Amino acid sequence: MPSIQKTFHVTKNDFIHAGEASIHVKNLLKSLNYVPDLVRRVAICGYEAEMNLVMHGGDGELSVDVNADRIIVDVIDHGQGIADVELAMQEGYSTAKDEYREMGFGAGMGLPNIKKNSDEMVITSEQGNGTHVKMVFFNKGLNV
Amino acid sequence: MKVRELVEKFDLTVVAGEAGLNRDVQGGFCGDLLSEVMGNAGIGCVWMTVQAHQNIVAVAVLREMAAIIITGGATPAPETVDKADLEGIPVMIYPGTSFELSGKIYADL
Ligand SMILES: Nc1ncnc2c1ncn2[C@@H]1O[C@H](COP(=O)(O)OP(=O)(O)OP(=O)(O)O)[C@@H](O)[C@H]1O
Ligand SMILES: [Mg+2]
Repeated sequence: MPSIQKTFHVTKNDFIHAGEASIHVKNLLKSLNYVPDLVRRVAICGYEAEMNLVMHGGDGELSVDVNADRIIVDVIDHGQGIADVELAMQEGYSTAKDEYREMGFGAGMGLPNIKKNSDEMVITSEQGNGTHVKMVFFNKGLNV
Repeated sequence: MKVRELVEKFDLTVVAGEAGLNRDVQGGFCGDLLSEVMGNAGIGCVWMTVQAHQNIVAVAVLREMAAIIITGGATPAPETVDKADLEGIPVMIYPGTSFELSGKIYADL
């Protein structure tokens, strides 16, 4: 299988379209016959990173790079960045505004979900300079 | 059990996503915190929640849920209905609590 790359633009505060990039990625992986568990893991992680961009970050993109051995998802935004990545990774830590909490966001579980469901996760962020969440998933099921 | 049978049995009101009424229900999940649901809900579940805004549809699609049941008297936003129709995810309304309904569904699955 040749490698495939796709990029989707994601817009801050756009709750109407939030989640669509992740749904596109999920449909792509399904059409390529990746095993369901791998598709599930990528869907969870893509969604959490995409929602974080929409809620906390800034305009940016979600990119996917897939081949037979692994899937890489990069979510890059040009927002305010994360001051303390270690703190942000702690379960329950959230700076979500009240209006988002009323919608059921802000449990502080998004980044921990990514950690749990990806094989590799790297956050590069600097205050004032945006955030890059890189997630790698190995294809151990080898359906493709 | 099919979503359709669940609708009839528990007198649920279908408000969107009729195209998906023949999906199989494999379990249930209750939750109102989206990341908690995202992390823990099972494939093929019916999800009971008081959240009624459009983002519940993406969660249901990405988790491959059978259907969403909005409980506690909330009604879905128009955007929720449009999205659910587009994705073919059934959305139903149940006026009572998630606790009540999940007890009934649990006993029946
Ligand atoms: N792209 C981002 N830009 C700026 N800050 C971010 C970004 N992603 C995460 N954060 C910070 O990290 C915190 C923790 O993120 P996490 O996804 O774990 O929880 P949450 O988004 O607050 O709640 P949940 O994901 O449970 O709805 C956020 O509250 C926010 O302060
Ligand atoms: Mg989050």
